[in-house]
Amino acid sequence: MRYLPLTPADRASMLETIGAATVDDLFVDVPAEARLAGPIEGLPAHASEMAVERHMSALAAKNLSAGTAPFFLGAGAYRHHVPASVDHLIQRGEFLTAYTPYQPEIAQGTLQVLFEFQTQVARLFGTDIANASMYDGSTACWEAILMAARITRKGRSVLSGGLHPHYGEVVRTMAKFTRDDIVSLAPELTADPDDAAVIAAIDSATSCVVVQYPDVMGRIPDLAAISEAAHAVGALVIAVVTEPVALGLIEAPGTLGADIVVGEGQSLGVGLQFGGPYLGLFGCREKFVRQMPGRLCGQTVDAEGKRGFVLTLSTREQHIRREKATSNICTNSGLCALAFSIHLTLLGGEGLARLASVNHARAQQTFERLAKVPGVTILNTAYFNEATVILPRDAREVVRELADRQVLGGVSLGRLFPVADGLHNGLLVAATETTTDEDIEAFATALEAVLAGASA
Amino acid sequence: MNAPNASGWRPSMGEAGEAKFATSSGDYGLMLEEALSFELGSADKCGVDIDEPSRAPAAGLSKFLRKSAPSLPGLTEPETVRHYTRLSRQNYAIDLGPFPLGSCTMKHNPRLNEKMARLPGFADVHPMQPQTTVQGALEVIEQLADWLITLTGMASVAMSPKAGAHGELCGLLCIRAALDARGETRDVVLVPESAHGTNPATAAFAGFKVESIPATPAGRVDVAALKAKLGPNVAGVMITNPNTCGLFEPDMREIADAVHAAGGYVYCDGANFNAIVGKVRPGDLGVDAMHINLHKTFSTPHGGGGPGAGPVVLSEALAPFAPLPFVTRGADGSIHLVEEENAAEGHAQAFGRMVAFHGQMGMFTRALTYILSHGADGLRTVAEDAVLNANYVLRSCEDLLPAPFADSGPCMHEALFSDAGLAEGFSTLDIAKGLIDEGFHPMTVYFPLVVKGAMLVEPTETESKAGLDRFIASLRSLAERAKAGDESLHSAPHFAPRRRLDETLAARKPVLVWQGEPGVPGTPSLSEIGGS
Repeated sequence: MRYLPLTPADRASMLETIGAATVDDLFVDVPAEARLAGPIEGLPAHASEMAVERHMSALAAKNLSAGTAPFFLGAGAYRHHVPASVDHLIQRGEFLTAYTPYQPEIAQGTLQVLFEFQTQVARLFGTDIANASMYDGSTACWEAILMAARITRKGRSVLSGGLHPHYGEVVRTMAKFTRDDIVSLAPELTADPDDAAVIAAIDSATSCVVVQYPDVMGRIPDLAAISEAAHAVGALVIAVVTEPVALGLIEAPGTLGADIVVGEGQSLGVGLQFGGPYLGLFGCREKFVRQMPGRLCGQTVDAEGKRGFVLTLSTREQHIRREKATSNICTNSGLCALAFSIHLTLLGGEGLARLASVNHARAQQTFERLAKVPGVTILNTAYFNEATVILPRDAREVVRELADRQVLGGVSLGRLFPVADGLHNGLLVAATETTTDEDIEAFATALEAVLAGASA
Repeated sequence: MNAPNASGWRPSMGEAGEAKFATSSGDYGLMLEEALSFELGSADKCGVDIDEPSRAPAAGLSKFLRKSAPSLPGLTEPETVRHYTRLSRQNYAIDLGPFPLGSCTMKHNPRLNEKMARLPGFADVHPMQPQTTVQGALEVIEQLADWLITLTGMASVAMSPKAGAHGELCGLLCIRAALDARGETRDVVLVPESAHGTNPATAAFAGFKVESIPATPAGRVDVAALKAKLGPNVAGVMITNPNTCGLFEPDMREIADAVHAAGGYVYCDGANFNAIVGKVRPGDLGVDAMHINLHKTFSTPHGGGGPGAGPVVLSEALAPFAPLPFVTRGADGSIHLVEEENAAEGHAQAFGRMVAFHGQMGMFTRALTYILSHGADGLRTVAEDAVLNANYVLRSCEDLLPAPFADSGPCMHEALFSDAGLAEGFSTLDIAKGLIDEGFHPMTVYFPLVVKGAMLVEPTETESKAGLDRFIASLRSLAERAKAGDESLHSAPHFAPRRRLDETLAARKPVLVWQGEPGVPGTPSLSEIGGS
């Protein structure tokens, strides 16, 4: 077996050192009736690299990958071009095969990356500080709500109807068990986001309001107005960013008054990967630092006075505080944070702004063209690179029929919000820098044919 | 390239340095220092060529536009590659040598796994694509799920949890949901003293009260104490098996039967499943739920702190409550996802959703590749060699380093030592830092908490005998030096990129983000950094 270095002679000599006759003697604590006599039956035996590659490649070939079809999906996961150097660098063994940096003297590479990452996220979000990552945007969102409750000592949270429904489901699932009070506003198919409803729902018992920016239908809420209303009664504003590239073009949530900003960092460096691993981003005001979940990297000096970095403020964390910790999180998304950080270093602030402008321009081209398809209208007053298209019939069927024509034409609101009324003709369509003129034309043409009832 | 910033200051130029000979660059041969990207980059640099936008921003967007670009310096590609490559050299890694962190399972990461995860059919598919276009991806999930169920002898598996602690949460929420379905409100979870910190933290996160169970002098769960705590308020127990002392819990079945008889459920922390994979099925021991760290047992890379993946295998009793989404195969042979849209059709008891989308697909492809490479026979050898290697370390060092439970028989995949018997003023920390000078990553230190000055060594099956012999020689040498009171250990490491770091300073005056402005020459002085 190519991954196992011990030879039969090694094993024999080691058993002699140990004073055991056979390897099975080392499993003596396992009750005899539970010990398996040999390999589990019905499972295949080991296989060569070539054979495994053949098996996996055959499975991969059954999928229609985004790069091989006109592709317009978003809804919290975006297809961006990732520079080749990003994937090369994250495969450096010193990054890929290192552990959480518990021994800082020999983990300065990872630690300095985390310090740079925290700085990048804080500057992108317009927050004072940021942590070293969470699992993904949805879990970061729930952790932010818990953190707000610790800070405000209130338990009522208001979720905008524009929050990604999976994020809302994660929150409602957890709150069901922790008995937090979650007020979920209904999603509405309106041209502008539900700012007024969010503001109306804030009361003196409210711990926080959770507002996605841009929201799941691509609309852009007025975070400044919501922040003003929330802060007036002592509630915190949690802004959720599922498309960080947008922050190259629109104002940072922290600058507009958000107290905690969480998000999904997948757009930069990480790739689609069928939903994971992704990258939870978490920034907030400095005064809340001791209530934050997750790892934090901080600057210090070594015994010779050289600058260095360590994991810090760990008295918030599970391995020290156990049941009194701010979160149970341990493993996070370190390598995805590295990929995000490298991509953002390559772009720089100006590059991110230009990339964002290209995304927005590609989206404008897409929606200008789709608006010419008979029966199709564009919902949004404003959008970044994603907006809601209203079709004359259930978008779930249209998406399936587009796929039959090898066009990946967006995410239907019916799949995202299966139980909400009045949304089923909505289709979320996203464009990025990877979208070509030909893609747009192929999508529009296929949509025309599908809506005209032509067979594929 | 990577020239010092304009002030000439480099991170290595410590004011208190005692180097006999200082280079003008601050680098020493292949020991290369590296400034922050914020000190190297500038706003007018970019490593990505981006087209001019074809349109000006739409009028509707005007009131939302930011006034200036984010304050982030850029670097060109050659500068970026050099920055991160130089940083990478300041890390220890499995690829460089043994990484014997007990409980963390740092084994070789096969590169085929990386290659397979990057096939466009896996890496470049969107989680919300029509399911007819992702049948291969769903099949990966199904095949991995089948392997996990078979290897553990359980009824079902929830695939979406993102890491071990997230899997613990999934298991406890399944227990909560099952109790709710029974109309019972039990609010106590029993957790042994030796448990990972995530166990009590997770139980609290899921809304339970935590009660601690002591360990016996032999390093096992005190079964009598556990039974005495069982009652109508106990929802379940969380048992790590093999446990964090590196020992198998021989009374697992008896514990499970007692917990079940009292109406509770058994959660098993599967962090150490790598010691028994192919040798024992947890399902045969009465376990109701167990997470499997794919980044431990099935060798998906740790990546400097993640991502991991924590699928949870479930018993018949808990299977109906598994969270959405999950994969099933229809009568027509196609695989589909059970999501909120169709959960009502036969899966109405699912307790909800834990993540956006479907879980750690990139980890699933790697883990399945690893499993298929090893096969049922290879996985069994994985457990055997891991246990053999750990016992070899245990018996090769126990004459010099006290091994508190060695008298009770063999260990499983990790060997536990304590620092009792070192010279006055010497402790586990000195041994750990001394190992760094010897060219090794230290073992897990001061965990489990039930052993004072614990040193938990997990070699894993991917270390050769020759590699272990070198590690053992170093560990023995350090134990002898610490017994003899060798003062140089107190200031170890001497040969790492950094000497011991001031963690108190970092926590007392946290500096969590770089404070300077990009493109502006100069770096905070050390007195500013140090606050002194």
